[in-house]
Amino acid sequence: MADTKTVMPSEPAGDAAPDDPTPIVSLRGVSHRFGTVDALHDLSFDVPTGRITVLLGPNGAGKTTAIRAITGALSPTWGVVRTFGLDPDEDGHLVRPRCGVVSAKPALYDRLSGRDNLAYAAALYGVTRDVDRHIEVAAARFGITDAIDALVGGYSTGMKTRLALARSVLHDPELLLFDEPTSGLDPESSYAVLDLIREMTSEGHTVVMCTHLLAEAEGLADHVVVMEGGTDLVVGSPMELTRRFWPHPIVTLDAEDPRLLDRVASFPGVEGYRRDPSGVRIELDDLRRLPDMVASLVADGVRLTRVEPHEPTLEDLYFTIRRQAGADRSVDNDGGAPIQSGRRDRAGQPLAPISTGHGELPPLGVASPSAEPLARTVDEGVAR
Amino acid sequence: MTTAAVPHDRPASLDPPARPRKKAHRTRAARQFDRRRMWVVTRTDLRQLIQSKDYWIPMVALGSLFFLVIPTILLFTITRIGDINVVQKASQALQILPPSAQAKIQGATPQGRTAYALAVYLFAPVAVVVPLTISTAVGAATLVGERERGTGEFLAHSPASVREIYLGKLLASFVPGYLTTLVGFGTYSLVVNLIVGPDVGGWFFPTTEWWVMMLWIIPPFLLLTLSLVLRLSARVKSTAAAQQASGLITLPLIGIAYSQSTGTLLGNGSTAAWVLGGAAWLLAAFSLHRGVRSVTRARLLGVAQ
Repeated sequence: MADTKTVMPSEPAGDAAPDDPTPIVSLRGVSHRFGTVDALHDLSFDVPTGRITVLLGPNGAGKTTAIRAITGALSPTWGVVRTFGLDPDEDGHLVRPRCGVVSAKPALYDRLSGRDNLAYAAALYGVTRDVDRHIEVAAARFGITDAIDALVGGYSTGMKTRLALARSVLHDPELLLFDEPTSGLDPESSYAVLDLIREMTSEGHTVVMCTHLLAEAEGLADHVVVMEGGTDLVVGSPMELTRRFWPHPIVTLDAEDPRLLDRVASFPGVEGYRRDPSGVRIELDDLRRLPDMVASLVADGVRLTRVEPHEPTLEDLYFTIRRQAGADRSVDNDGGAPIQSGRRDRAGQPLAPISTGHGELPPLGVASPSAEPLARTVDEGVAR
Repeated sequence: MTTAAVPHDRPASLDPPARPRKKAHRTRAARQFDRRRMWVVTRTDLRQLIQSKDYWIPMVALGSLFFLVIPTILLFTITRIGDINVVQKASQALQILPPSAQAKIQGATPQGRTAYALAVYLFAPVAVVVPLTISTAVGAATLVGERERGTGEFLAHSPASVREIYLGKLLASFVPGYLTTLVGFGTYSLVVNLIVGPDVGGWFFPTTEWWVMMLWIIPPFLLLTLSLVLRLSARVKSTAAAQQASGLITLPLIGIAYSQSTGTLLGNGSTAAWVLGGAAWLLAAFSLHRGVRSVTRARLLGVAQ
């Protein structure tokens, strides 16, 4: 693992609701070591209040350990964790009652009924009034009323997850931490669970969710922390990150004779151009230029077969970031400095690579034969 | 938001930890203690035991065997069947009892005296073996079991402090063993009085020594054993390993508890019994105090070093 990394300094607080800029959770330079393995390595991110923050990363990225550090279940070896402004290691008794956790395994007592599981949680979390009503409401909300008096050992995986979710909200916590809550669920149950999570955020809860499933994070995340090897690669809202990595709209064009599309590179507003086997990809300064461009091409006799504006997805973002991190590591391992694209944003900071899909358009600056910087290919395209 | 290469200021090595840390049991969170929450842990563990027939059926069988079946057969054989050879051999064996104990033996007939001596003096191991066996079986599985089932994660994230969890689990292990012993003791008293009572002039059991043993000697030995067993349970990797290892702890303690109980029953003096019990209580309290440290959230999660 390289000791230097590209960090999007958290303005995550700025991503939170304007009236509550204080992050509910803040991790700074957190490391945790199990034996000789760094489970967390210099991890830093904030969790904005009232939003869904998704910790996205492959297995072993340190997502679960991060959740454990947030509640104080695990005391990190190094760094600072603040949850509700408190040190969860020292003041865990003040932090944990305000958190609701669903772990990757539902962590339920199979020999107890669903009701007894909920009653146990209610008692531990200090719910003393109207316990039965709380249980009934939670069970009804997560659709397990009919099975609430059955032993949990007989529940299906989906029902166990629903019960674990019901248990996590029983005491109306401010912060909900879900560690791969759809693990082992069929697609229908997964969607239902994700809908419930979305619903909880709309009620003012803050949610931190770990997942390695991009489809799960897409459309759910207000805030993304891409993790790998125990560290954060980037932090920000999907829109911010997308804008950062792809500052201009991208359009794929193709024609019966693709060579005729080369002239597009000199059109006004075209910031980047690249030809590949699937057509040409252009970056526009404004997508509203596209109709004029198409009209002009048609008027010039170009027979277009494809005009496809591309909206980068979280998946594009994820693979781009990971690829860049891998490239940075390989450069670091060689003893050299990380390769930068040379492109800069308005603040003069290096821009991240462009990619319109994993495996299709390699990022700028990646030391690979196919990694042609888009800006460079524009010039080459014009020359051709 | 800007993109910047910001290497964090982090030491090259994490050894020793750069973060000043208190020991887990010294944090404010660890020092919290809510008796109600401790009872919640105990109650839930006990509820799970009740749900588990494969646990309580052997427990009832063990208690019945030691407190009901064996004493009934033995005492009934001596007092009712009246096999003179058996009685004579038992009477001879009782000659090894200290004179103070022999002086207390009641009964007009040899059968009555023999039955009395057996009932009062020779069944002490029963009162020791049963609670220790049952409680150790529960205690050995209690913490490692949470980890194995994955429910340790729930407890680790819960507001319960490690002290509440430890003591809650200890009580949940203590109650089944001691409760079985108390119920067995009541049953045994009934059996003894019904079978031997007519030969010694009426109901005579429990004697003062038995009361002292049941209420003053057995509980601290049981707590002491459990404090050690729970420490093991917190540390080992599997329930099977915990049960194997706890046997090593339990056997010597059974020996000690048996010898001390027998000494008490044989009338080495009530003062000695009270002192012995007091010492056992102190030792148990110290061991419990130390034992709390063995439970950490990292151990509940199964990620302790």
